[in-house]
Amino acid sequence: MYSPDAATERAATTQTLRQDDVWLVIPLYNEATVIADVVRDALVTFGHVICVDDGSSDSSAARAEEAGATVLRHAVNLGQGAALQTGIQFARAQDGCRFIVTFDADGQHRVEDALSMVEQARRDDLAIIFGSRFLDDRTKPGLLKRMVLRTAVWFTNQSTGLRLTDAHNGLRVIRQDAALDVELRQDRMAHASEIVLQLGRTGLPWGEHPVHVLYTDYSRAKGQSLWNSINILVDLVFK
Amino acid sequence: MLIQVLLVVAIGVVTVLLTRSTANARHQAIRRLLLVGFVVAAVLSVIFPEWLSHLANALGVGRGTDLLLYALVIAFVSYIATSHRRSSLLERKVTILTRELSLAEADLRKVDESVERARQQTHGSESDGGHRPAL
Repeated sequence: MYSPDAATERAATTQTLRQDDVWLVIPLYNEATVIADVVRDALVTFGHVICVDDGSSDSSAARAEEAGATVLRHAVNLGQGAALQTGIQFARAQDGCRFIVTFDADGQHRVEDALSMVEQARRDDLAIIFGSRFLDDRTKPGLLKRMVLRTAVWFTNQSTGLRLTDAHNGLRVIRQDAALDVELRQDRMAHASEIVLQLGRTGLPWGEHPVHVLYTDYSRAKGQSLWNSINILVDLVFK
Repeated sequence: MLIQVLLVVAIGVVTVLLTRSTANARHQAIRRLLLVGFVVAAVLSVIFPEWLSHLANALGVGRGTDLLLYALVIAFVSYIATSHRRSSLLERKVTILTRELSLAEADLRKVDESVERARQQTHGSESDGGHRPAL
């Protein structure tokens, strides 16, 4: 008879302790240096990690796969919004999927935050939890970045009718039933407002959770420049 | 007179190139009607330049060339608008195709894995069981 060895048995027992009904969706584009650590770190806590490789030109996809993620591959680079939609579409169709967590590939999100957001969603029966940098003062963006983010929050609130304290935060928990209504058409960065709009329209209960965004030198160098906010605005106006 | 011939020929060529685009039927018909009007106006303005000046004066524009410039600006802006719309439609299609491809790939991989697993299982029972059900 075919029997699993001790190691897989041990893995199977920790599997049940992990958040097995949670699927992490990570849009991935040229993050080969950090993605393996991010995936490994996340897999300690969460059952499933999906990396949507958005046509990376480096070895990101291979690194993510080695680290244990399920990798979906975009043949051409489409943008973060498109990658997110692909990941969400895949995750929400999986058996046993209860929560989808959107997570950044560059290591600026903390798994602890994601975990406590999922726990909050379970405890308070919320369908959507948005991560927010501004509910406490752990996160320290620069003055200019803070101003741009505040403007983005204002703009998002105006157009979506929700009252959020942060916009364009990549850390979100979306319950499977809410995820069914997500149909992002903004392929690039403007999806962050669009997803808030679409989730708001579901009418499902939502909440915010304070998160700490780690502005490391790496994420600062990779992160979107402030010029991008102009592009986002144009994308939102001229759909 | 040579310039008139050249311009008429150039307009003809552009017309042929433009009519080869495809889109939804009504929009396409409207665009073609506008195009015919444009061609007629262009030809007339080449053959009777003073006619353009009269029109310009009637519209309160100083010279015929100025009127032409304004018309060009409008044509250019509307070109930007239509080409933007067309390219975003195209982008949308590329997105959907790429997404379908990656999801199909993931499905295929899953099928591959289960086939592989099934093969391993039959292989395993063969080696340790020894007897197989008679066919």
